[in-house]
Order: sequence, then C-alpha cells, then structure tokens
Amino acid sequence: MNETGKIITLHVGLIALLFAMNFILPAYHHGNIARVMVLASYAIGYNILFGYTGLLSLGHALFFAAGMYGMGLAIRFLGASPVPALLAGIAVGALLSAAVGALALRTTGVAFMIVTLMFAQAGYLTILLFGEWTRGDEGFVIQQAERILWGIDLSDANNRYLAALLLFGCCLLLSLWLIRLPVGRVFVAIRENEERAKLLGYDVVRYKLAAVVVSASFAAAAGASYGLLFGYVGATFATVQYSIFPLLWVLLGGTGTIIGPFIGAVFMFYLIDLSSGVTNAYMLIAGIVLVLLTLFAPQGIMGELRRRVWAWLP
Amino acid sequence: MEFGPYLMLATLEGAVLAAVLALMASGLSLVFGVMRVVNIAHGEFYMLGAVFAWWITSAIGGDPALAFIAALVIAPVAVGAVAVAADMVIIKRLNYDPERTIVATIGLLYIIQQLTLMTYGADARPVVAPFNTRLALPWIEWSGGGLQLYWPWGLSVTSYKLFVMAAAVVVLTGLYLMMTRSRIGLLMRAAQLDSETALAFGIPVERIYAIVFGLGGALVALAGVLIVPIQQAHYLMGGDALLLSFIVVIIGGLGSLGGTVVAALLIGLSDGIISVFFSPTLAKIIATLLVALVLVFRPQGLFGGKSR
Repeated sequence: MNETGKIITLHVGLIALLFAMNFILPAYHHGNIARVMVLASYAIGYNILFGYTGLLSLGHALFFAAGMYGMGLAIRFLGASPVPALLAGIAVGALLSAAVGALALRTTGVAFMIVTLMFAQAGYLTILLFGEWTRGDEGFVIQQAERILWGIDLSDANNRYLAALLLFGCCLLLSLWLIRLPVGRVFVAIRENEERAKLLGYDVVRYKLAAVVVSASFAAAAGASYGLLFGYVGATFATVQYSIFPLLWVLLGGTGTIIGPFIGAVFMFYLIDLSSGVTNAYMLIAGIVLVLLTLFAPQGIMGELRRRVWAWLP
Repeated sequence: MEFGPYLMLATLEGAVLAAVLALMASGLSLVFGVMRVVNIAHGEFYMLGAVFAWWITSAIGGDPALAFIAALVIAPVAVGAVAVAADMVIIKRLNYDPERTIVATIGLLYIIQQLTLMTYGADARPVVAPFNTRLALPWIEWSGGGLQLYWPWGLSVTSYKLFVMAAAVVVLTGLYLMMTRSRIGLLMRAAQLDSETALAFGIPVERIYAIVFGLGGALVALAGVLIVPIQQAHYLMGGDALLLSFIVVIIGGLGSLGGTVVAALLIGLSDGIISVFFSPTLAKIIATLLVALVLVFRPQGLFGGKSR
C-alpha cells in the first residue's frame, strides 16, 4: 500500500470503527465517547494552530464558548432552529478569532500565550458581566423541543452519538485535507522556521491569521455542537481550564498528528473519569500528566509512534 | 460619609492592596527578569504561603502575635524550598525553554492547587492578626470660616494594615539593596544580562536560577502570609493573585523591578478607587484587556525603557 492509501485507511478506519461502536458500546461508554468525539473536534482545531503552525494559544476556550453562546443565544432569544444557530455559533467564533488574532499575532512566543490568555479571561468575565442574558456560571438549558433537527431528536442517545460522529468525521477529514493542501504545507513551514518561510516570499502574518481563524472555527463548531447535543450552555466552558484541556489532549495524543487529538482526548477523559471515583481533586491528574509530558514525552503518544514505527503518519 | 473621607478610605484600602501586589509581582518580575521564564504557578505559591500560615498558626496556637511571627518566617522559607525543588526537578530539565516552562508550570499549578484541596480542603479559613487596633482618622472640613479637624464615622484604618504597608516597604528595599549592593545580586544580574558569558566566567548559573526561583516563591508566599489576616486562606485564591501579578508586571515592564513597584501602586490605588465606583467584574475586564493591549502595543511596559 502506498502512503496515501495507508493514511486514508487509518483515518477512515477510525471513523468506521467509531460507527461500529455505536451498536456495541454499553450505554455509559456510549455517552462518554459521544462527548469525547465533540471534545476531540475541539482539539483537532487546536492542533491546527498549535501542532501544525506552531502557535501556542492559551485562550481557545474563548472560541469554544463563542460558538456555544453564539448558538445558544440565537436559540434562546431569536428562536433560531438548530442549523442556523450552529452556523451563527461558528460565525461568531470566526469573527472573534479574526479580531483577537489580528491583535495577538503582533506578538510572538510567551507574549502571544499571555495575550491570548488575557483575551480569553476578558471573554469569560464578559459572559459573567452580562449574566442577565447568559445566566453566567449557572448557565441555561436548551430544551429538548429546540434540539430537533430535520425531525431528528438530537437529545436521543443514538442520534446524539451519530451527530457527534458526523462532526468528528468532518473535522478529522477536513483537517487531514487542509494539512495536505499547499496552505497546510505553509503552516508547517512557519512552524519549522518562520524566518525562512518569510524569505521564501510567503506573507507569514496572513497565513498565521488564517490558521487562527480556521482553528477557532473548528473550536466554535465543537462548542456549538456541544451545547446543542448535550443541551447546556454555561460560563464554565469559557474558563482557563477549557483552554488548557485541548493543549493537554494534543500534547498527550501527539502534537502535529491528525489522529493524536482524539487519542489524547480519549485517554485523558477516561483517566479523569476513573480518578474522579477516587478523589474530587481530579485536576491533579491533568497537572501530573502535563508535567510528565513536557519532561519526558513532548511528542505525545502518536508522535512517539511516528518516530518509531509509522514514519508516514500525517 | 461625604465624598472626601470616602475617597481617603478607598485610597487606604488601595494602598494595602498595592503593598501586597508589589510583593507578589516583584517575585514574578524577578523570575522573569533573571531566568526569562514565566511561572504560571506563581499564584499557587501565594496560596501556599497563606495556607502554610494557617497551618503554622493553628499548630503553634497560644499567643496570636508569636504564632504569626513564626508563620511570617517559616511559611516563605518552606514555599521557597518548594519552588527551588520545582526548579531543580522540572524547569532545569526543560533547559529553561520559555514555552515548555509555561506548559509545565500550568501542570504545577494544578498539582499544587489540587493537593491543597485534598489535604487542606475546600474551606476558607482565617488567621487572627497579631494586632488589630482600629485607628480613627481625622478629616479636614471647612466650617464657620476656618478649617476644622473632625473624625467622620467609619474613616479608620487598622494597625495591622499599616504594618502590611511597612513590611512591604522594608522587604522591597531589602530586595533592591540585595540586587544592587550584594555579591549574590551581582551574580544574578550577570546571569540576567548574558547567562552564557556568566557561565563562561565560572558563575554557577543553574544554582543562581534555583535561588532566584526560590526567592520569587518566597516573596509571593510572604505576600500570602501578610494577606491571610485580611482575607481568608482558600485553595483557589491563587488565580486572582496570578492575574493581578501579571497585570502589574506587564504594565510595569517585564523584568523591571522599579516599574513593577510603580505599577503596583498605580493598580492597587486605582483598583481600590475604581471598585468603589464600578462593578468589580467590569474593572477586571478592563484590567485584563489593558494587559493584552499593553503587551501588543507596548511590550516594554508603560514605564519600561527600550526593550532589548
């Protein structure tokens, strides 16, 4: 099999496997995997910016929450149906990221990380400030009647799983396609050596802004879908913790691999799920994993696999 | 109360905040200045200082003043030791790479915070101030054709708050003298200016870095000890401390100690005054956006000189 064949087999195979799981998984894990797939879509978006373009943002929760609130508020106050609401969420996330990106990209390295962190914090506080509409920390529920899409009830476990799979599959294949396009190659060139990419005549700032907007659109799509599928919109999803999670998943799964974010999200989700049975301090696990990863395995799981076995892994 | 005395009260509260802020931020600024790394777990060292202060005072018991003095000495040293260990186990092994250090210290943040939650619990606990006399303050009034002193109701400050301000001044002066006059300060400045040349001249840069990181932790822990009699110790108190330290350090200019103190005064005083008149959430939004915009448009800080 040639390289492209292997790549397609692996990624389509994963989607097929997840589809098959729909029929075998016990109810508890069925719900978990649906959730993981939506969160993994968020991580895939994050990875486009962090793993492929080499920009470490600490403020992606802003875009996740923008998608979620863009969708939720459209349903709550404009009476929108799910599809326009979803599109509204993505549009809000993309617009916000264009503005934030244009400012934040004037900085690099550590300053970029802090600027994105600060913008996300300002976004979180803004949600709290307008608590009258957003219901702040308490959040609001999206009623079952508002979650029916073309006659399909998204609150039903089976439909929800398939909808999550649809989102995940789209994000996975879209990102795979994007990275193999010339524009994706430029992203990688910027990650490897920004000066050289600039010297080759690429407008580095525009490409970086494009990476921010694409990445944030994925995050917003995941956020909007999360709200729609699980029927809840709340300010918790805008906290720093939700900016750290995709970083953690991507680092664990493997930066700059298409499949890594999903692997990382599954591992971390179940690690936290298992430990929360033992202690309420489940973020301890996240902290330990972060430190161990930066110390011993900065490549993550799939990164190590690529280094040792599968050199072709995109 | 009338506007004048009200403003004075807000200014006094602001000055206490400024004193604590200056201590917190100088630790972060010192670490960034010398080591060029950003310590995201800085706020957790502050929380540890406060929690250790509660532990020490409740373990010693007896006279609150004696117990508090013990906490004032032991807690910063203990937190400094934790910071030195973190530097040697984690940050040194990352070769002080700025980006990886941020990720690792985010992990450290959660480890410290959650271990505190597991051992100390989710309650907020107070520490009794060693002395807490209420001092009423006079105000000048124009009445009957002449200036008159009077004591408006509610305009007062506690002796403990004055002590906090004095302690901050003493510690920061000591820090300044250490950096400019002592041999260890000279070595720190050498490592800050050019770590490779310093190493070539036989300066143990890694050891200096460990000391600086420990000193940064001790400074912010001291701020934590000083604040517990005013605010209670809670395992989530590090978040706001980190944010405020960031604001001060960035507005003052990353790595500049003088700028940090000026910015702490500015932020502390204006926060005391702003939050009297505006909603605290709005004040925080303005502050975070200000930090972001300062970093974007004036990375050397509002008071910093030319960046190198």
